[in-house]
Parts: sequence; structure tokens; C-alpha cells
Amino acid sequence: MNKNLRVKRGKIIDETYRISFQFNGKTYYGFQGDTLASALLANDVHLVARSFKYHRPRGIMTAGSEEPNAIVQLHDNSDRTEPNVRATEIEIYEGLVASSQNCWPTVNFDVGGINNFLSPLLPAGFYYKTFMWPASFWEKYEYFIRKSAGLGKSPTKPDPDVYEHRYIHCDVLIIGSGISGIIAAKISAKNGFKTLLVEEKPNLGGSTIYQNSDHFKINNQNSGSWLEKEINEIKKLKNLEIKTRTSVAAYHGYNFLLARENLTDHLPIEQRKDKTRHRLLKIRAKKVISATGSIERPMIFDNNDRPGILLSSSIKRYADLFGVACGEKNILFTNNDSAYETAISLIQKGINIEAIIDIREEVDSKLVYEVEKNNIKIFKGFTVTDTSGYKRINRISIMQLSKDGQKVIGSKINLFCDCLGISGGWTPAVHLFTQSGGKLKFRDEDQTFIPDNCPSDQLNIGACNGDLTLDEILSNVPQVLKNFLNIKNTEYANLDIISSTNKSKRNIWLLPSDKILGKTKSFVDFQNDATAKDIKLALREGFRSIEHVKRYTTTGMGTDQGKLGNMHALGIISETADAKMGELGTTTFRPPYTPLTFGTIVGRNVREFFDVFRKTPIHEWHTDNKAEFENVGQWKRAWYYPKNDEDMHQAVQRESKAARESAGILDASTLGKIDIQGTDASEFLNRVYTNAWSKLAVGKCRYGLMLNEDGMVYDDGVTTRLDENHYIMTTTTGGAANVMGKLEDYLQTEWPELDVYLTSVTDHFATISVCGPNSKKIISQVIPDLDCSDKNFPHMSFKNAKIGKINCRVMRISFTGEHSYEINIQANYGKSVWEKCMEAGNDYNITPYGTETMHLLRAEKGFIIVGQDTDATMTPIDLQMDWIVSKKKYDFIGKRSLYRSDTIREDRKQLVGLLTEDPNEVLEEGAQIVADISKSPIEMLGHITSSYYSPNLKKSIALGVVRGGKNMIGQKLMIPMENKNINVTVADPVFLDKENKRLNA
Amino acid sequence: MFIINCPFCGERDQSEFKAGGEAHIIRPKQPTELSDDEWAEYLFMRKNIKGVQFERWNHIHGCRKWFNLVRDTSNDEIKAVYKMDEKPPTY
Repeated sequence: MNKNLRVKRGKIIDETYRISFQFNGKTYYGFQGDTLASALLANDVHLVARSFKYHRPRGIMTAGSEEPNAIVQLHDNSDRTEPNVRATEIEIYEGLVASSQNCWPTVNFDVGGINNFLSPLLPAGFYYKTFMWPASFWEKYEYFIRKSAGLGKSPTKPDPDVYEHRYIHCDVLIIGSGISGIIAAKISAKNGFKTLLVEEKPNLGGSTIYQNSDHFKINNQNSGSWLEKEINEIKKLKNLEIKTRTSVAAYHGYNFLLARENLTDHLPIEQRKDKTRHRLLKIRAKKVISATGSIERPMIFDNNDRPGILLSSSIKRYADLFGVACGEKNILFTNNDSAYETAISLIQKGINIEAIIDIREEVDSKLVYEVEKNNIKIFKGFTVTDTSGYKRINRISIMQLSKDGQKVIGSKINLFCDCLGISGGWTPAVHLFTQSGGKLKFRDEDQTFIPDNCPSDQLNIGACNGDLTLDEILSNVPQVLKNFLNIKNTEYANLDIISSTNKSKRNIWLLPSDKILGKTKSFVDFQNDATAKDIKLALREGFRSIEHVKRYTTTGMGTDQGKLGNMHALGIISETADAKMGELGTTTFRPPYTPLTFGTIVGRNVREFFDVFRKTPIHEWHTDNKAEFENVGQWKRAWYYPKNDEDMHQAVQRESKAARESAGILDASTLGKIDIQGTDASEFLNRVYTNAWSKLAVGKCRYGLMLNEDGMVYDDGVTTRLDENHYIMTTTTGGAANVMGKLEDYLQTEWPELDVYLTSVTDHFATISVCGPNSKKIISQVIPDLDCSDKNFPHMSFKNAKIGKINCRVMRISFTGEHSYEINIQANYGKSVWEKCMEAGNDYNITPYGTETMHLLRAEKGFIIVGQDTDATMTPIDLQMDWIVSKKKYDFIGKRSLYRSDTIREDRKQLVGLLTEDPNEVLEEGAQIVADISKSPIEMLGHITSSYYSPNLKKSIALGVVRGGKNMIGQKLMIPMENKNINVTVADPVFLDKENKRLNA
Repeated sequence: MFIINCPFCGERDQSEFKAGGEAHIIRPKQPTELSDDEWAEYLFMRKNIKGVQFERWNHIHGCRKWFNLVRDTSNDEIKAVYKMDEKPPTY
């Protein structure tokens, strides 16, 4: 039977509502209001985890989001499993199942615990130093390192929960609902500001709400009761929205903040159905008030990590808020007054305190006197030098400190205990402030970093601003708020305050011991097992920058980002390196403040909403006819149409043969279309394309190549002159938006004098391409009024036509090398016209073909695909397309770059055709091209960009880029593959119908 | 994330905009008459200063207009926003 350490009704505990939960397979009970940590502590369970590196037994150390040790796996092996959940934050609910992580087989008996005894072999940088050689062994090392790395287990099943994002705009955002935050919220909301108050915990009031001591009074009430009344009042305020369980994760520039609102994690699983789990709030606030409080510091001494060692303020929180005693024989160890607040709370509740160890020699404080009155032994000027108890602390050793605090003197005293509360003073929680770009200043008197200046409109109040006592908060906060919010009066001007004002503190970052440092384990970062020894080692090895020491020792790199120990790491560095703390700087605080699940980050943008996909107006026909699709940009394009059991190769062979021998039909609706109008439209095209446009007659089409200003091919497509001042440009499918953007850029910024208007009409038209020797017959049937004679409608021309009553544009252009037509019609008629073409083509075996066949057909003809045969290093000259570059035009985008010293090099990679010795051998796209394999390293000449088996040519064909390839026609090269070398001959890139007979047929 | 005061639409979230690099780099009127070095200067060389910087921005998910903006890169303060044909303010 477990012990029951529930002492007295805790402030937020509802003892009428008992909850059962499981931890490591055992059932426990807690009450409504408990966190997993408080409920475990009430059951006297301290050992909850194993440490990361040494697998040392670890217990619950804190009561909040700063927890380094007590991180657990929830609902292991279910679809809702989640690793690295802080036991101190998760509220228990009926059916909660949690387990320890980083231990095997159990937290009580962990095989990895051997690392603790091997620790002399595992110093800082161990992995860097050890696994460096031999380099070829890395793969073997990696396997074992990966096995032992990481915390917890990632879920492997789809996340059943729903997440969402919400934008919030407010006048004033207040982060934190301690006494400072509550005062700020009331002043702000009462003065008409639309105010949002967020609190990471389930309850408002911070640490003041459970303050019940005669030493802290406001207007003659204890500060806890006073604050409770204030909270009840602000809950009624109209322009104040309060969100609890909401943790600010990131504070970006211009007062843009991200916060996670946790909506269901505290509910039993069966109540979560159809509810949003987390909401990511995207908050844009005119003003931000940070009241994020402070985090208590641990003390750094030998074996300061045993289960049963907690922050002193957490012991107070567990006692006051949850009614839980963390131990029956408590000892407190402190360098300041806060531990005495804990002591008074414990005394009030009848929880036994064995002793208090205070490293200060003399203290003049009301709190200390009160504790002394209760006959509690206080060892002043003493320090803890060691602890014992493997799975739970059971004894401490203390010794007297020398005057200078550098060593211990006298004889060792052993004290028995089952819980040790440590208090090393307070660190203002400035994480969000620095994330926002704020700069810190160092305050010598209590060795803290506090906010200095920042670029955004924000104010830091209370403990996060370094005001750590009640009287400081109550006198400063209303005053600074008046200025910040520009208001005349607050109701907090004349409060009657009783507060303990003793701020004395004896700061020793690393406490001395009777052992030499090398024999101690004084943990600085509890989660990552970084000790004071490791930090000193890093300094000895020459690391100086705090950022380097952090990475070498991994101090502060855990999921808690070193919220507890970072200051001590800095302190130890500063002392060892004899540098001033204020000048060392801090490591960078990065978002998120506490970890976010991926679900929260992506919100609703999952599955089909992850990225939109675009469908052509003919899409439905393709799916009805069993097309396989491929993604091209955001488009879904028909890839091939397998018949019966055809694979892609078989389908493509059939489709491409049909297109050359009779008729093929392609949905080309995805091609980008830009409508260009204006009196300077021709001049504009002259400037953006490499070839000349002024003389293109109305009704004619022309292929154009577009370069970047650096001379590299950017896009291509056919542009048609519809009228004197009216063109329609087509772009590649993937490049449409970028081309539009680029053209707009030039028009607006470089050539504003041109009278040209651009409109994207890609989605307005369906484009159907019918090609092949029988295409003319089919088009004549679909559009009987169209004169399809070669004389009146030759290749590269366009005609307006009507299908029924519907206007359409027909272009005679070809990307296959076949006689072909392209019908452009209002998008919503696309499918019916497609079906008409299919019907008309029935007698001619009209065959729908997809992008794969299109690629093959154009490759036979040597037509390039921008982005496949080119990357951003290919000029038109490299592509052997000199014919399209106008020599006469004075200028066009990229012209000057075509004769830079680099672009005129003869040995640039140039596009060539490649034919294999064995006509049935199809090369792999991306394969490397070489000439000589006799000497190593083998010189790479280029690579294959397109490769197919051509059923029409009955051989394998490929395009590739080869250094100096233009002058290598006929030369033999080699494609080295894993098992063989393939011999190829460099050829002209046009494999079929170089004379364009088929086009004009 | 900035709030940018588009000269055509007013204040909008940064996610609606696209940055377009350094402002006031004028495309040479006669590129053919430039040496390789002079052309390279226009083509490749950009400042990246800590301090006040003049930048081109495009309200890509809004009015699609290009405009100029003056930003202090050390603290991201946007000091001025002006249209393409307006004279740059002095800083």
C-alpha cells in the first residue's frame, strides 16, 4: 500500500471527485485539480524517470513548465501516444495512462544505469571525440548511438485529433496571470483597451494566489485572498478575454505572438471526440505586457539530482495548492529567504521540517525569525556537500563554508531526510522578451539578467522584470502601467502593504565540496546530464563562447531549454574564465518556450488541405477513364491511361504510337496563359523574349524563349497575336505564376512607360491538343465551319472559331512534331468539347495520352522541357538554340549576359542527343556521362536529362548535357552504372523528322 | 512578422508580401555598351547592410503592386514606405 501524503485540502483540489490513473502499469488515485506530478507525489512516488545520458534515477523536481526530469510518455502504443509530456503540467483525468521513458526494462531497474558507473568514460564531447575514427566505422556507431539517443517514442499512427489556428487582434496582450498580470489586466480592461490575458496553467493567480501568511498582506487581507477578489472582479470585465491553459510559444517582431491554447488534454479521452485539441493563437497585439514571473534556481552541489530533491518553491506549491507533502522528513537548503516562505507554509500544514541549511552566515529577516520560533534547526553558513539514496534521497552531508565561500571546513554532519528543497534564488523569465529582440542587462546585486530595451511596444512587469518582492511589485507595477497605457490614475495608488523585504542572498554558483571536482556529479542541466565538471572541462579544452560551451556540453539543449540551470552554467563559466557575467552574454532563447506538437503547428493544413491541388476542367473525364495522375506544380495532370493491365511503359508505347500513326489527344489546360494587351504589347514581347516579335502578323503564332537577366533560360511557350495590340502568351505549367510575377515586375518597375496590361487567364480556358496524321479530319468534324486547309490554316497560325454557339480559339501549333491543333475554349465547356473530339476521333483510334507520352513525343523531336533539360545554368546557346536569339534586337532580358566571359566558354555543358550502342538499352535520367574511366577520379562530363524508348524510332533515345558536347557529335562516351558501363554516341538532339515534314503534312 | 503599410492598400500582414531585394538598382539603358565588370556590378552585386536599407517589396497576395520600403535591418523597424515613382526619403 502506498503512503498517503495528502495533508490538507489543497486550494484547487476537489476531494469529492476521485480520479484513477495508471503510471508504469500501476493504478493510482488522485483528485480533480491534480497534475500527474502532484498526484504521484501524494502517492509518495518520486522516482519517475531516468536521466538521458547516465540513466540516473530522477524524480519530480518542479511544479511547472520548467520541469527537466519528470517527462513521461502518455498512452504508449495508442494513436494518442505522446512523448516528453511534463508530468508537472498534465492534469490527471479518468483513464490517464503514463509511463516513464528513457529506461529499459523499467524505471526501477534500468539496464542503461550502467552508464552512471561508466561516466568517467563519458565526458563532455564524448561522442565527438570517440566516434571520429576510423571514418568507415561511422555506420556501425550510428546504429548504436541512434538506439540510445532521443527521449520517448514518437507516435507511429495518424493523429486522431483535430487542431486549428485562430487569429486574434487585441489592444493589449498580457502574458501571465500572477499578481502583476491580474493588476495589469484590470487596469487595461477598465480603461477601455481590448485586452487578452493568457495563462499557461489551468488556474489564475500565479504563486500569490496560495499565499496565506501574515507576512504578506494587502489592505489588511493576506495577499492570496486579496488577489482572489481581484480575479473574481476581472472575470466580469467586458473587454477582457481570459485564456487559461494557454502557453505563449513565440514572441516575434511587431508584437506578433504564437500561443497554444490547450482545449482537451485535461479531459478523459472519451470526452475529446469532435473537439479541437489545441488551438494555435496567432496574436497581433498593439501592446504587450509580459508578466511571466520568475523561475527558482536550483543549487549546484554533488549528487543534487536524486529523486526527492525539489525546488523549494515547488514544495510550497504542492503543499498549498494541491495539499501534498513531498516528504515526511523535509530539509530545505537555501541561499535566500524564499525557502523560509516554504518552511512557514509547511509548518502551517503540520508537515515536518528536519532542518534548514542556509549558506548565508547572518540573516536579519522576519521570516527567518518566525521559523526559528518554531524550533526548527537552521544551519547558517553551511552547505550541502553530498547526498545519498539511489532511488530516493535518504541522507545529506553538510559542512561549514569558509568565509570566502570557496571551500568547506570543519567536520561533516550527516542528516537524514526523504525530501530536500533547494532554493538558489530567482531567475526572471525573460525568454519571451529576448525572443522579441529585447536586450538584457545584468544586475549584480542578485546576479540576474533583467530586461533592458526592446524594439517593440511592450512592458515587462513584476518578477520577470526583476521585481521579486510583493512590495516592489505593488509599488512599481501600477506606476509603470500608467505610463505605458497613458492613463491618469489606477485604483492601486494607496495600497496598505505588508511584505517581507529582505532580499539578502549569498550567490555561489558551484558550491564547494570536500571531494575534488572530478569525483563529483553536480548537475547543471538535469535533462541533458551536463555537470559542472563538464563545463569546466569544456573551458579547459579551449571553448570560450557561451554558445560553444552550450553545444559541446549540451547544457541547455534539452526540451526544457535549460530553464533551471543555464544561469549556473554561465556563472561557472564566468568564474572559471574570470569574465564578467554581464559581458559573457546569454545563449539565445529560441521559440517555442515549451514544446509544441506537430499537430498544433500545422492546424487544419493536413491531408487534402496540406497543399491545394488544381484540377483541369477535364479532370473528371480522366478519372472516369482510369488515368494515372502526376503532380506538376500544384496541378494534377493525367500521366498515362493504362488499358487492361498495362504498366506505364506499355501504356506510353501504345499512346505514342497512336499519336504518330493516327491521332492523339492531350489535356493541355494546365499551360499558363497570360493575356497581353496595350499599344506597346509588341515592344514588350521584344524585350522579354530572345526573338523578334514586331513583325509577327495578326493571326500568327511564334515560339518564344525567355531568359533571366543572367542569360539563363527561364521559360518558354508559344505566343499568338490575336489582334494588333492583343497577344495571348502561354508559359510552362510550373512556371506560370513566376512568369506573370516577373513580367509584372519589369512593367511596374523598369518600363512603367510601356502601355501594356497583363491578365492571368490560365484558369479561364480549357486547352485540348489533338495531334497526328488524322487530326485535321477530326478537327474538321468537330468544327465544320473551320477552313483547315494548309493554305488558309498553316502551321503556327490561329483562327477564331465557333463550336455550336461557343467561341473558341484554335491554334495550329505542335509540341509533338505532328500535325496538330490546339483548341482553347471557355473552361466550363472543356469537358464537352473533349468528349466531342473523342467521338469524332472514334473512327481514327483517337488515343488520349498523358504527360509521359507527351514527354516522349517531344523528346523524339528534340524539343526541350524547361526545368527538365535545363537548370538555371543553361543559356539558349548551350541548348543549341542559337536560331531563336535575335542578333538584330538592341536589347532583351538577358542579352548582355550571353557574351559574358563565362557564357561564351566553349566547354560549357551543352545539350546533345545520346544514342546507345544497344538500341534496347534505356538510360537512366540523371546518370552521369564520362569519357574516360581509366584514371580516377573519373571526370564527369555531364548527365542525362531525358531518356525514353521510342516505339516510333524503335530505339532508345536520350537527351543530356555534356561539356563541350556541341562539337562532339559522333563521339563515343560512356555511362557508368552500378554493374556495367553503357556505351553511347553523341548525336543531334533532333531524332525524328528534322525537316518538319510531319508538322506541315 | 512585420506589419507593412502598403501604399495602395494600407496596413497588412507580412505574409501577404514578397521581398524583392535592394531597391533603386536601375537596369542599364544600354547594356550592350557595358564591360563585363560593369554588367556584373548591376547583375550580381547587392548590399547587405546592418542599418537602414532601401528595399523593394511586392504586395503579391493583395494588389500585386511593387513599392519601396525603408527598413532598419538591425531592429526591423520600417521607417518609410513609398511608391515606385516617388522620391526616396533620406536617412
